[in-house]
Amino acid sequence: MSAAQLDLSLIPPLGEPRPQPVPEVAETTLANGLRVVVVPRPGVPLVELRLRVPFAAASAGEAAEHTARAMVLSGAMLLGTADRDQAGIAELLQSHGAELSIASDPDRLLFGTTLLPGGLAPVLGLLSELLTGAAYPEHPVEGERDRTAERIAIARSQPAVIARTALAARRYGDHPYAVPLPPAELVAEVDAPALRRLHAERVLPAGSSLVLVGELDPRAATDAVAAALEPWSASGRAVEAPPAAERRAATLQLVDRPGAVQSNLRLGGPAPQRTDPELAAVRLANMIYGGYFSSRLVENIRERRGYSYSPRSTVDHQAAASSFLVDADVATEVTAPALLEAWYELGRMALAPVTAAELDGARRYVLGSMALTTATHAGLASTLAALVGAGLPADWLAEHQQALSAVTVDDVGAAAQRYLAPGALTAVAVGDAERVSAPLEALGAVEVGVAEVDAHPGAGGGA
Amino acid sequence: MPDGGRSAAAVSVGGVTAAGAELTLRHPVERFALDNGLRVVLAPDRSVPVVAVTVFYGVGMRNEPEGRTGFAHLFEHMMFQGSAHVPKMEHARLVQAAGGSFNGSTHQDYTNYYEALPAEALERALFLEADRMAAPAITQENLRNQIDVVKEEIRVNVLNRPYGAFPWLQLPRIAFDGFANTHDGYGSFVDLESSTVDDATDFFSRYYAPGNAVLCIGGDLDVDDTEKLVRRWFGPVPARDVPPTPPTGEPWPSEVRRDVVEDALAPAPAVALGWRVPDPVGDFDRYLGTVLLAELLSEGDASRLERRLVHDERIAIAQSSYVGLFGDPFDVRDATLLTTQVHHPAGVPVDRVLAAVHEEVRRIAEDGVGAEELARVQARAEAQLLRQADSVLGRTLAFAAAELVHGRAELAGELAARLAAVTPAQVRAATGDLDPGTVAVLELRATGGRR
Repeated sequence: MSAAQLDLSLIPPLGEPRPQPVPEVAETTLANGLRVVVVPRPGVPLVELRLRVPFAAASAGEAAEHTARAMVLSGAMLLGTADRDQAGIAELLQSHGAELSIASDPDRLLFGTTLLPGGLAPVLGLLSELLTGAAYPEHPVEGERDRTAERIAIARSQPAVIARTALAARRYGDHPYAVPLPPAELVAEVDAPALRRLHAERVLPAGSSLVLVGELDPRAATDAVAAALEPWSASGRAVEAPPAAERRAATLQLVDRPGAVQSNLRLGGPAPQRTDPELAAVRLANMIYGGYFSSRLVENIRERRGYSYSPRSTVDHQAAASSFLVDADVATEVTAPALLEAWYELGRMALAPVTAAELDGARRYVLGSMALTTATHAGLASTLAALVGAGLPADWLAEHQQALSAVTVDDVGAAAQRYLAPGALTAVAVGDAERVSAPLEALGAVEVGVAEVDAHPGAGGGA
Repeated sequence: MPDGGRSAAAVSVGGVTAAGAELTLRHPVERFALDNGLRVVLAPDRSVPVVAVTVFYGVGMRNEPEGRTGFAHLFEHMMFQGSAHVPKMEHARLVQAAGGSFNGSTHQDYTNYYEALPAEALERALFLEADRMAAPAITQENLRNQIDVVKEEIRVNVLNRPYGAFPWLQLPRIAFDGFANTHDGYGSFVDLESSTVDDATDFFSRYYAPGNAVLCIGGDLDVDDTEKLVRRWFGPVPARDVPPTPPTGEPWPSEVRRDVVEDALAPAPAVALGWRVPDPVGDFDRYLGTVLLAELLSEGDASRLERRLVHDERIAIAQSSYVGLFGDPFDVRDATLLTTQVHHPAGVPVDRVLAAVHEEVRRIAEDGVGAEELARVQARAEAQLLRQADSVLGRTLAFAAAELVHGRAELAGELAARLAAVTPAQVRAATGDLDPGTVAVLELRATGGRR
């Protein structure tokens, strides 16, 4: 079969867009400082709950220990309260269709669950019990600590985690963001008194936010939250991550993973934060470069050359730093050629204008995928929780959509020159050094290190 | 909103049956067939201006011939390489530049393709699916490119990571006997490398006939208008012979099967137990008891195995149980397993883990299940089904799978109510199949990493 030509006259035109429903957002701040956002939404009879509590390490010096304790605390909070043991907590949640997950990231604790609407009051009551009276019983805490250590060891055996950790260490140096996973020996030192102390000092309503989306009445739901969480009255100041200064490393770091059949290429650099007017242009530049299937990076190293299954780029936001990131897992034998192509496409973004069709396609995709993502209870709840948790108003979404609509080809060019230029990015590769270091050295200086199995405080991917 | 769905749902008393019934009512299913044999299912719901389009072809990993392992999946990739009127890369651009998303996936008994889009892009998606149903661009250049891409996919997901094949590619090899169930559905590199354009053309001709497919459209659509559009775009695709549904069932095991695999990238050991379960289609009522048994054993912190293995005895780091190779119990035919998977510390002997699992199953067999415990499990299962159904794409895929595998799209809307009606006696009876005398056990030994 000969290659088809695109004849636009054959393609059915798009119809008239139908209006997106605008969510009715009820927002209040309780006397204890907790921000509460309630959004009733048509859809299935469920409610989605998200709670975010600021939980950053206060300084670089305490980052490793804090991260270790935060990881154990997020599992151990569900091990018991004054009135209930682990099983009692789990059964109450399950009877309302819920399963509460508690996780930690470098900025916060994240609580989330789905639940049947009739369970709103009892689940909020349990949440209050956990926030004000998690018991951290000694023996179960030891079990959770040991499981956390095992899970971290398993995570560290994943090449994607090795790559992410190495890039974070290289970019952030002695900032807490340099230590996304705690060293095993610090996890082993965590005990129940340390968790109780950390909880008392840091699990605070001030700076925290709760989002409820789904089948609910905004007023009744807000009242239910106020009644249930009123006892959560611990006072203190929320700790946010200190300002993060990016360290741009000029040489490629190669983390040796002997025998690896693939190399994990990771590039990263700064990006505008959510309140920065340049964000919309950078997001669209990111899409055109590698943000979706219809991008230059995917067309080049996947669909033309077959080097990689799922190459991509993203814009990621943390409280104290936003990032432009490039990921490509490529066959060992094409490691250097793949890096060259990724760089080439970055350079082309930085130096030559994108086409109007590329910009229009990227814009429509970003707007369309925002609409798809927020068209479920869970998607809207997670989106709002991320915004509100970052201290932004719920109508940030609408403003951002307008900003995306106004971006021009020149705006994308300026944004790409600043943020997507190869010279703005730090690069890390994880792979078989014996096979890939010589070809990579043809492209520039390479520093070879070894992957850590048990990390040491302050060190990243080894060097 | 035309269907007035929400006001009716304000009844939500939290009762399992009420919500289950409501889910069934809110998504009426319309169906018709074209002269070329294409089955069409429409599931309108105009509450959000989003539409989902999917085509399910009745061919999956289990239908691959010997010597062609991985071909169903490789061919799935070929369906994104362009078609008669769509150049390479343009399928993605036409969907994404309309604000939509797309993908495809290869399962045991079917291969699907789907788009989720703003409602105004419906006709464009129908054009794209019809164009590749008629004539995908099967060329030497595209095939060579996608063999390379698939090999990278297998390296990412299997070869370059710990636990990559565990247990989904490794357990069926010992749990079953027939080629359909035992072979590697991702494919050997030898088979992938030797695939030819003729193989792909033959595969398309045999399995991608319109009569072997289900088209399902859900979300913001008008039934009459959509039927006209479907006839316009899919009507001209010529009919071809439809292959008979191949038998994939096989005799039940009569003895324990046990094997060991070594994983040089893994830092800690793991073990998987697989038990043959009732026919997911032909023995549906009994099968529902098995599905809830898996939930009761492993779903969440209140489950039997989570308590026993993780919290009480601390002999596991993590555990899970599921029915169906990829964890969806309702999109597979016979033969199927209930799999229990446990990651445990190196210091815990695997036989201690196995004994604890078997003992928990025996406790249910001997003591039964309390009504209250089962009601909790059912509430959680219902919430998970509702959550899937909240997404237009999620429920459109569920309707299509139910139509293709069970012959009734409506079943997807009835599942919450059907699970809610399962009795403690049915769950207890399901333990009869979890016999320690016929289990398949696959032990993963960690030979690399830190230990």
